Amino acid sequence: MTTTRTAAASGISRAWRSAYMRYLVEPYLYVGPAVAMIALVMLVPLVIGISYSFQSITLLKPFATGWIGFENYATLWRDAKFWLALENTVWWTLSSLVFQFALGLGLALLLNTQFAGKRLFQALVFLPWAVPTFLSALTWAWLFNPVIGPLPHWMAALGILSEPYNILGDPDLAMWGPVAANVWFGVPFFAITLLAALQSIPGELYEAAEIDGASTWQVFTKITLPFLAPMIAITVMLRTIWIANFADLIFVMTGGGPANATQILSTYVFTTAFRKLDFGYASAIAVALLVLLMIYAVLLLAIRRRFVKI
Amino acid sequence: MSATRRPSPVLTIGKYAALAFYLIFALFPLYWLVKISITPDQLVFTEGTALWPSETTLGNFRTVIFQTDFLAYFGNSLIVSLGTATATTLIAAGAGYAFSRFNFGGKRLIIALMLVTQMFPLLMIIAPIYKIVAAMGLLNSLTSLIVVYTAFNVPFATFLMQSFFDGIPKDLEEAAMMDGCTRFQALRKVIFPLTLPGLGATLGFVFTAAWSELLFALMLISKNDAMTFPVGLLTFVSKFSVDWGQMMAAGVLALIPSCLFFIFIQRYLVQGLTSGAVKG
Repeated sequence: MTTTRTAAASGISRAWRSAYMRYLVEPYLYVGPAVAMIALVMLVPLVIGISYSFQSITLLKPFATGWIGFENYATLWRDAKFWLALENTVWWTLSSLVFQFALGLGLALLLNTQFAGKRLFQALVFLPWAVPTFLSALTWAWLFNPVIGPLPHWMAALGILSEPYNILGDPDLAMWGPVAANVWFGVPFFAITLLAALQSIPGELYEAAEIDGASTWQVFTKITLPFLAPMIAITVMLRTIWIANFADLIFVMTGGGPANATQILSTYVFTTAFRKLDFGYASAIAVALLVLLMIYAVLLLAIRRRFVKI
Repeated sequence: MSATRRPSPVLTIGKYAALAFYLIFALFPLYWLVKISITPDQLVFTEGTALWPSETTLGNFRTVIFQTDFLAYFGNSLIVSLGTATATTLIAAGAGYAFSRFNFGGKRLIIALMLVTQMFPLLMIIAPIYKIVAAMGLLNSLTSLIVVYTAFNVPFATFLMQSFFDGIPKDLEEAAMMDGCTRFQALRKVIFPLTLPGLGATLGFVFTAAWSELLFALMLISKNDAMTFPVGLLTFVSKFSVDWGQMMAAGVLALIPSCLFFIFIQRYLVQGLTSGAVKG
């Protein structure tokens, strides 16, 4: 009691100044550790990584270290493997994205309706999201193995394959293996995001449409899709970048093989750094990937600004 | 009118067919993992592709737990994941609170930086991180993994925590501060209990993320006794690639912690992401 009374008596201006100081300094105390952590562990190494791309740093050749200007990039330009990896990155990202999005939208629409056992259903279909990625990769690699997996046998029975063999060893088909795993793993994410957007659509719109006698299809194309569009644009953009960077599945399932048929840029970065220990060249590929992704993001933002008026 | 209210039987059948499709698609691979893990070794090659083996056994689990190093890998992963989850949640709670309650100089810059870290290829920093960690003599140590994973997860965890703090009315701590609490006391006594679900969700999310990380662990850990579960399992797979039952039993073991956490946090996580997404 006495302390509060003295505090109250001790002049309003001083109290104000200390409150002001506290208000000025306090936010940085809360946000400081996060900023320090990110700066030290991510941003500083990022700058170092960019500088590596102008150096020759191969752990196996410790005496050939030094600045070499744009030599890594010149090598990159002539590297057929890089261009193949770039092409594969586009295929990997596009096919994963299309299936994840289509299936995710379907799931979100289903979860937006009422049915018995919905809560359990939701928990079960979101489960693949919780499965560690290395395990998803191994599981799908095993499913595609004709010795212990059913998929080759089913595909042969349906006439997709001439005989039950492992598509992960076939350069023409190998990419579908990691794509299948990625779709399985990524559908819940799209479903959650789109479900959130669906639930933000005002219910009155649907009631009005029903009174006007709109068909289910009309409601979907005239109300649901236009409302989802901004959310779809953001999600697709973020997800594209994320999938293009996502190396785990491919690295575990095929290691980029056979004959680099599944090598994408991010797995190329990792195998160059991890297997060849050529940090300079790996960083050059990584910088190229970063630049490509930035160009993509800028393009997409420009397109979005033009078509979606939000 | 009633036609639109009560959908036709065709639509209803279609809907339940779709529900069944999603359920099978999501669960079948996991079912297969469990199925092979309980198939006896001698039956794997004859009945490997049958929907259910004629005999089941827990022998693979026994072998994996008692005769391999997986228990040690499991322990290492548990240390790394729990350490990362705790550190990240503490740091992210602070930052999320600051974003939710204060307007301060540089706030937009910090948010932009955090968004950037979510965009660039993380593999870009794998070489510098390796060099730095090696220079500090911390290769093959779990601490280096915890520090690296914490930094990776802080940005997303911060946004998640911010959305939870945004859901708690400001008036609550302002009332407490009127009554003479400092802001930190108000945070600890009033806000903290209310945000427990949010903290739990963030903990669970980060735990799962750290539990599955593979590539940085591969790079930074090469000694057997410091391997995390993903690194250990991958090494096992490349060494003994025909011990299907044991590999899958190990896989099932790796699945348990993340599934437990997932079941526990699933509702909160969906809630948190949903409310965050709605607010933009």
